[in-house]
Amino acid sequence: MLENLIWGYVYPNESEIQWSILIVLYPYITGLVAGAFIASSLYHVFGKKEIKPVARFALLTALSFLLVAMLPLLVHLGRPERGIEIMFTPHLTSAMSGFGYIFSFYLTIVVLEIWLSFREDIVNKALSSHGWKELLYSSLALFSFDISEKALHDDEKFARKLAIIGIPSAAFLHGYVGFIFGGIKANPWWSTPLMPIIFLMSAIVSGIALLILLYIAAMKIRKHVIDHKCLQSLAHYLWIFLILDVTLELLEIVSMKYASREDIDIINRLLSDKIGFTFYGVQLTLGIFIPFVLLLMVSLIKNRETLKLYMISISSIFVVIGVFAMRWNVVIGGQEISKSLSGTLTYVPVFYSQEGILPALIIFILPFIILLVVTSILPPWKDMEEEPS
Amino acid sequence: MDITRRDFTKIGCKIIISAASGTAIVESMFTKGIAAENPPEGYDWEKHFWGYVVDTRKCIGCGMCASACKMENEVPFDEEVYRTWIERYRVKKTINETREEEVEIDSPDGGIEGFEDDIPAEEIKKAFYVPKICNHCDNAPCVQVCPVGATYTTKDGVVLVDYEYCIGCRYCIQGCPYGARYFNTEKGTADKCTWCYHRITKGLLPACVQACPTGARKFGDLKDNTSEVKKIMDEERITLLKPDLGTKPKVFYIGLDREVR
Ligand code: SF4
Ligand code: SF4
Repeated sequence: MLENLIWGYVYPNESEIQWSILIVLYPYITGLVAGAFIASSLYHVFGKKEIKPVARFALLTALSFLLVAMLPLLVHLGRPERGIEIMFTPHLTSAMSGFGYIFSFYLTIVVLEIWLSFREDIVNKALSSHGWKELLYSSLALFSFDISEKALHDDEKFARKLAIIGIPSAAFLHGYVGFIFGGIKANPWWSTPLMPIIFLMSAIVSGIALLILLYIAAMKIRKHVIDHKCLQSLAHYLWIFLILDVTLELLEIVSMKYASREDIDIINRLLSDKIGFTFYGVQLTLGIFIPFVLLLMVSLIKNRETLKLYMISISSIFVVIGVFAMRWNVVIGGQEISKSLSGTLTYVPVFYSQEGILPALIIFILPFIILLVVTSILPPWKDMEEEPS
Repeated sequence: MDITRRDFTKIGCKIIISAASGTAIVESMFTKGIAAENPPEGYDWEKHFWGYVVDTRKCIGCGMCASACKMENEVPFDEEVYRTWIERYRVKKTINETREEEVEIDSPDGGIEGFEDDIPAEEIKKAFYVPKICNHCDNAPCVQVCPVGATYTTKDGVVLVDYEYCIGCRYCIQGCPYGARYFNTEKGTADKCTWCYHRITKGLLPACVQACPTGARKFGDLKDNTSEVKKIMDEERITLLKPDLGTKPKVFYIGLDREVR
């Protein structure tokens, strides 16, 4: 069977694909985190008032996904019990070694940012509840109950500063994930200096799209009207970042093809035989061009809010799928070409195995459950349900 | 309450930072004793610097080296993993539309059982074998990318994996441009050729070199001017695999053709 999956000559040790669907999930999830965080900073840092309804919700979303971002990597390790060594004895020439630190740093920022923006609510809850709830919220408030106007003002100032640090670190968190691939000179499909920035743009795009979907879903579940101004402004940013994203992705392909180095034959074969559908079909057409046109129409059409709502939702669904395809094309695509540059192989995902589809699904569902829990402890609904002005 | 919120945050941050760095320091004190620091007993690794020569003109594709390696190093015979293997290149007489030569490359089961003649001889213009092995690169990308330093270069120029330390992330397998690494499912770690480090540090040859009946594989000390490998280096025209990647391989080839990568 293996023979049919292999074309041409691949090095004998390459007959098995080493990085499976879990490693596709890893940049996908960190991307959603970075994107959601950057969306929230549109309000926190750049003062885009239209985004306010989702700003705190976006932070909770970022946290929920961030908490599982480590999991796919950990599950994939051959010796997961030694994983923590990355923190204790990092080998600094490795692009992967900084992960633990960047992750922890970023987690701290997100948690602090959430704490500051929910502090008033937490204190109010602590003061108005009894029993274990009082204890829960009092400890969440770190037993400091000062919510005088001045204190809140200080909070806000500090939160803004944090968010300012947060943007570069979100960018770093994800650009860095791109570098894990971009830094591998052995692999012609990965090794490009554009990789970090492509990863970052697609991250922002996927994060905003996810936020849009979650916002619509939350409002539907809570049977509350959607703030169309907020939604359309998110859609607007989605559109802008889509343009940046597609420019870079095309630039990469065009320059590879134009330079036509030694590896171009195998890259062409990868694009035509291996990932043709997921690349041209899903990543570019479904994930970028269709949403691009739909979102353009959204900004042109006047009124007709329901129609626009549908168009925005569909675009967002397509974008989230498209970005997943992008991660797939990078991670799996890069391994489907042999480093002998003379052959290709095929990744066949399995369902039940340590690195199969099942653990990937479980890991991907987890953040949604976490989000449910976090939003029940720290409901962000107050701003989301203010009557749209 | 006289601790203000701000103080609280400050103190908290300090505790977290010092705890984290403290643990890291203590931990690294204990883990410093990894293999990279300790050469085998009775062996001075400052005195040697090993190199490997493959004379492809002499290889007959018998596969003795590859099976000797699997036996010597307990590399599973029933898995598609190899510390060394032999590639066969057959350049066909037919010229395809792009006027490029058609080259058939194969390495069935790493060449362990030798090769079958499945293309009639009159269709073949030229054919040759290329034994492959870890290049023990002087500027090894596998060492560079290992996040915990489990892959390291010894003082005598051999690239090794510390199996007690490797976390099995397989980044090095991605990073090696030559396909020299594989995943050892039993150990849960990366694995590869060691140039038979357990043998060479006792003055023996690597198993593959020992097993080769034609002398296509040679191993020796580059610090020793009288060694055969050093002499070949000084007198012959040598090529490297993928020199443009800057990995500085220490497996030196004689008689490579242009289609070999
Ligand atoms: S050939 Fe591969 S495994 Fe060997 S040292 Fe070079 S990069 Fe590392
Ligand atoms: S698999 Fe092991 S040796 Fe290879 S990079 Fe990961 S930790 Fe290092």
